[in-house]
Amino acid sequence: MKQKYIDYSNVQLFWLVALRVLIGWHFLYEGLTKLINPNWSSVGYLLDSEGFLKEFYISLASNPTTLSVIDFLNIWGLILIGLGLILGLLTRISTIAGVLLLALYYFSHPPCVGFKYALPMEGSYLIVNKILIEMIALALLFVFPTGKRIGIDRLICRKNRKE
Amino acid sequence: MDEENKDINSQKGKIGRREVIKSLAAIPVLGAFAYGWFKKRKYDTFLKNSILDEINLDAVNPVFQRKVSNNKQIRLGIIGTGSRGRQLLKGAGFLRPEVIDDWKEGASNSDTDHRYRDYLEQEDLNVVVTGLCDIYEGNAKMGLSACANDFREGSDGKMGSKPKRYKTYKDLLAADDIDAVIIATPDHWHGTISIAAARAGKHIYSEKPMTWTVAETYEVVKAVKENNVTFQLGHQNRELESYYKAREAISKNVIGKVNLIEITTNRNSPSGAWVYDIPEDACPENIDWYQFIGPAPWHDFNLKRFFRWRCWWDYSTGLSGDLFTHDYDAMNQIFDLGIPHSAVASGGVYYYKDGRTVPDVLQMAYEYPERDLTLLYSASLASNKRRGRTIMGHDGYIEVGSNLMIYADSGSTKYKEKIQDGIIDPSVPIFSYTPGMKKVDAITSPTEQYFAGRGLLYTYRGGKRVDTTHLHIKDWLDAIRSGTQPSCNIDRGFEEAMTAHMGTIAYRENRKVFWDSDKQLII
Repeated sequence: MKQKYIDYSNVQLFWLVALRVLIGWHFLYEGLTKLINPNWSSVGYLLDSEGFLKEFYISLASNPTTLSVIDFLNIWGLILIGLGLILGLLTRISTIAGVLLLALYYFSHPPCVGFKYALPMEGSYLIVNKILIEMIALALLFVFPTGKRIGIDRLICRKNRKE
Repeated sequence: MDEENKDINSQKGKIGRREVIKSLAAIPVLGAFAYGWFKKRKYDTFLKNSILDEINLDAVNPVFQRKVSNNKQIRLGIIGTGSRGRQLLKGAGFLRPEVIDDWKEGASNSDTDHRYRDYLEQEDLNVVVTGLCDIYEGNAKMGLSACANDFREGSDGKMGSKPKRYKTYKDLLAADDIDAVIIATPDHWHGTISIAAARAGKHIYSEKPMTWTVAETYEVVKAVKENNVTFQLGHQNRELESYYKAREAISKNVIGKVNLIEITTNRNSPSGAWVYDIPEDACPENIDWYQFIGPAPWHDFNLKRFFRWRCWWDYSTGLSGDLFTHDYDAMNQIFDLGIPHSAVASGGVYYYKDGRTVPDVLQMAYEYPERDLTLLYSASLASNKRRGRTIMGHDGYIEVGSNLMIYADSGSTKYKEKIQDGIIDPSVPIFSYTPGMKKVDAITSPTEQYFAGRGLLYTYRGGKRVDTTHLHIKDWLDAIRSGTQPSCNIDRGFEEAMTAHMGTIAYRENRKVFWDSDKQLII
């Protein structure tokens, strides 16, 4: 996607990078805690789904093979996206993958009127919850990218140019 | 031009210090992350080990299924093929083709409907049903079609031969081609048929409660022991792993001195209160009413009494025999309680004013002075408030069902220091166990606890849903084949029956009842 070059002031760049790194931290920690917990599985979360994709999520959970693939993808997706965002490595791919993953979480448990979940929520939400906000923040980082300014992408990009 | 490449192009050709710093600026964040991660892990491991050391429970799944070859086929007879009898047939591997049709259709409509798959995965116990007896035509027909379904097929599949149908249990017990019988009649027939079966040399699986009267209880024990048959009482809770874990926790004194055990029943639906549907075709022509009455006082033909027999003392043992016995047996399994010293009871017919004689609200308190504890049972058939089973000790309490959770008590002596140091939080389980999980854990996340409590993990994770009735029948067959004792044998049955009778007598005669352990009498 071609975009017009945006000039950031140092302050703007600082806060954009801070947002990217903190979201990355959150992803990485979520992924690693799941990785080291031998009992962790997405099954409970999937079976607890509501909304128009409910059947889809439940069908994912009901097949042990699909479920183990989902668990694997989820854990490593979280870890790799987290590392990507913190390091500014493959930042655009990491950002898009993060938005998609968060969208999958959001549509599994949309906080809409009439939906009840077994999983207790830690706050009070109507339509907007923290998952949605984190997702929108990542979408924002996609249109205000920083990986090629502060991040390993800067080096990669440079190398490619030279070749 | 690509949005960011402009920035890069402007400095093309040289990698300065500034360039490297900008590229790797976020790496110290990873360092901070790694440090935080290390600290958190260390703290979690410390907490977990501190608790595991303290409660001294090894975090492994209990293994209790014995390995017995099932080469020798066992020939079964079944007496009573009503709804419970047919569930037992399913546990033994025989299900009506119509039910399989329904399950197949269910599975084709929903990916989460695993009833058919689970049933196909149920172990083949190498048994055959050669004889059947039921005194209502409708139940007998359903039973016959289940027993003939050797290959677990739907109605378009291949069927085996139907068992012989006997008009009376005596004829069935006289048959030479039957090794063992399943008894799933109304309560008032359990003892009489068990005695006759033992005398005929048949091994016995009897539904609970073991007996309907005190007197026949002694006779069942005598007949079973004298004739050396294998007796299993239908308390399938014996197969639940969580009870084995609870037993271990008690034997290791995790919750200190136990002083009160509270077991409860809560139901709130007509079928839960034994108001079962009456088939439209049922009439005196297809029901053997004389045989139904049997040892009970005479009453003219009555469909409600036949199909809702649990509501009358004439055929039933009420809440104490039907539902208390399961919970009692679970606690007997955990504590080796035996027969209590005394019992008092109260309650009444408070909601279902339908002519029943058995109470729908019942409390029974049993004293075990030698153990310094009370076993308290409380039941309502008109409220769904879940109260569960709680074992209360000075240092903690255990909530046990298909899951097990152990909490430290805020006033505990044993855990006092750890509670003060913040290592143990009395509001969070110090130990939890969920069957089907890969391992036992000291602390699990609140999310996991939430789902585990609803049985979601148990049902879907790591393989099969386990039918405890199937395991209990397997336990019985394994015991027959290996000449060993099943998990709920005749001695446990004697304790179960006498304890339930004590509560029933206390309620019906409105007095405190005692057990004379020397004379083995209720007084």
